[in-house]
Amino acid sequence: MNKILSVSAKNMFRVVQRNARVWWKYKIPSLVGNLGQPLLFLLAFGLGLGQQIETIAGLTYLQFIAPGLACSAVMYSASFEATYGSYTRLSTQSTFEGILMTPITVEELAFGEVLWGALKGLLSGLVMIAVMPLFGLWPSPWVACLPPLLFVAGILFAALGLIMTALATNYDFFNYFVSLIITPLFLFSGIFFAVENLPRATMTVVKIMPLTPVVDLARMFCYGTVKSGWLMQIVILVLLAAGASWLAAVLLRRRLIK
Amino acid sequence: MNKNNQPSIIVEAKELAKSFGNRQAVKGISFSIQQGECFGFLGPNGAGKTTTIQMILGLVEKSAGELLVFGEKIPAQLKAIKRQIGVIPQNDNLDTDLTVFENLLTYASYYQMPRHKAGVRATELLQFFALDNRRHEYIRQLSGGQRRRLLLARAMMHQPQLLILDEPTVGLDPQARHLIWQRLKTLKEQGVTMMLTSHYMDEVARLSDRILVMDQGQVVAQGEPKQMVSELVGLDVFEVICSDEEALLLQTVASDCQARSERTPDGIYIYTDKDCAELDRAIRPCSQWLRRPANLEDLFIKLTGRTIHES
Repeated sequence: MNKILSVSAKNMFRVVQRNARVWWKYKIPSLVGNLGQPLLFLLAFGLGLGQQIETIAGLTYLQFIAPGLACSAVMYSASFEATYGSYTRLSTQSTFEGILMTPITVEELAFGEVLWGALKGLLSGLVMIAVMPLFGLWPSPWVACLPPLLFVAGILFAALGLIMTALATNYDFFNYFVSLIITPLFLFSGIFFAVENLPRATMTVVKIMPLTPVVDLARMFCYGTVKSGWLMQIVILVLLAAGASWLAAVLLRRRLIK
Repeated sequence: MNKNNQPSIIVEAKELAKSFGNRQAVKGISFSIQQGECFGFLGPNGAGKTTTIQMILGLVEKSAGELLVFGEKIPAQLKAIKRQIGVIPQNDNLDTDLTVFENLLTYASYYQMPRHKAGVRATELLQFFALDNRRHEYIRQLSGGQRRRLLLARAMMHQPQLLILDEPTVGLDPQARHLIWQRLKTLKEQGVTMMLTSHYMDEVARLSDRILVMDQGQVVAQGEPKQMVSELVGLDVFEVICSDEEALLLQTVASDCQARSERTPDGIYIYTDKDCAELDRAIRPCSQWLRRPANLEDLFIKLTGRTIHES
């Protein structure tokens, strides 16, 4: 705990800065990689499938899925960066080893990596929101609450990714993470269908999955249909994100300091 | 750090130990490194050298004993201590995503060096290490020698007081090694304290003021290298290739001359402290022989054995 409290924000930002410096060189392929999938889903499902679907909760299908897809872009960008990206820096490139020879601590490194993953996630999410008007979707003023929400979601998923990285022995390990966690979250967190219509037991399971409240909140903020309890949902997300970040730092220390 | 004008102690280990599960990698070693000296840290693979270095860097946590660097305790003052240490790691961990110049700037940022100052310093160091024309190249475009020099430049960015060199010239050609030695000597003249590990005894002999030999987690000997060689090995070494009978004869003659001898698969080594006419005569008929001054390699092998015993 002491090690976490003595984290210097400055040192943490140096880790972010290092990653940003590298990302800047590969920004175009990186953005294409992060945005290709959610945009194609928006086209195929929103415009394609959407023509055969009545409105859901007063929204056209395109309107219904767009905010959720922005959330999924955050989840994918953040968690992939903190798994495949961070693991490359941990293993083959020995970047972490090099950083830890300097005054940067493991905790500063871990939080820097999580913050970087979250920023990449946030960027993907914001681009998704920004292109919504191209599909004829005009968000409400509440949309101003979206960036902080997407950022917290980014922290959560980057931290989950970094936990996996701290436990991974090779790249194949991430197949568990992607197939058993990320893909189910993408499909069952209420991006593509209204959670409220599910059978009661299933709905309970879906509601405790971490992407579900993010999608729910994003849709509220996008269209200004804010329901009570939203603040509570945000508090829970912040706590989850903080807890996951803490665990990532603990596990990364266990991995790197013998 | 030098409080009262005496040569202060930069690193001090007291009964320092580290176990990984049941394996004791370092078994209670004590040593100290003085300001301004180059301290050679020797031992076969698996002797515990790298573990000791990693304890100084806080990458391995000690199991017992005490470790003081610049008079401050590890791990309590680790952050402050590491501001004053530069490292050339055994495994090249340059940032392959960045160019030569960016590597230096990024590294400097970890020490919170202002960008402008870092740029000036990086340019200076690239000149010093003859890398100026590689400034904008990526790491994969560099030769082994250039990478090692860049590692040195990187370690010097924040002007550390202690430089830890973990096999700084491993795998390099003679030209590259000489260039690095020359630069290290200059840095030493500027007062940088060095802790050097190397398996090249000529390198250690060239650079070190004092050495410590470790074997299987323990300190086997430490002192001033020339003195240790003459005390523990002798003055001259005869390397003789001969038949078994000749070797047996030489063994007797050597012991008559109070010289230590050691059988090898194809002959014998004889370590002498003084001239001995009988020995000279007895060696002459052998098919091949060589007389040379005793060196650190002889000492190393005497202390740690001729056989390989990696754990």
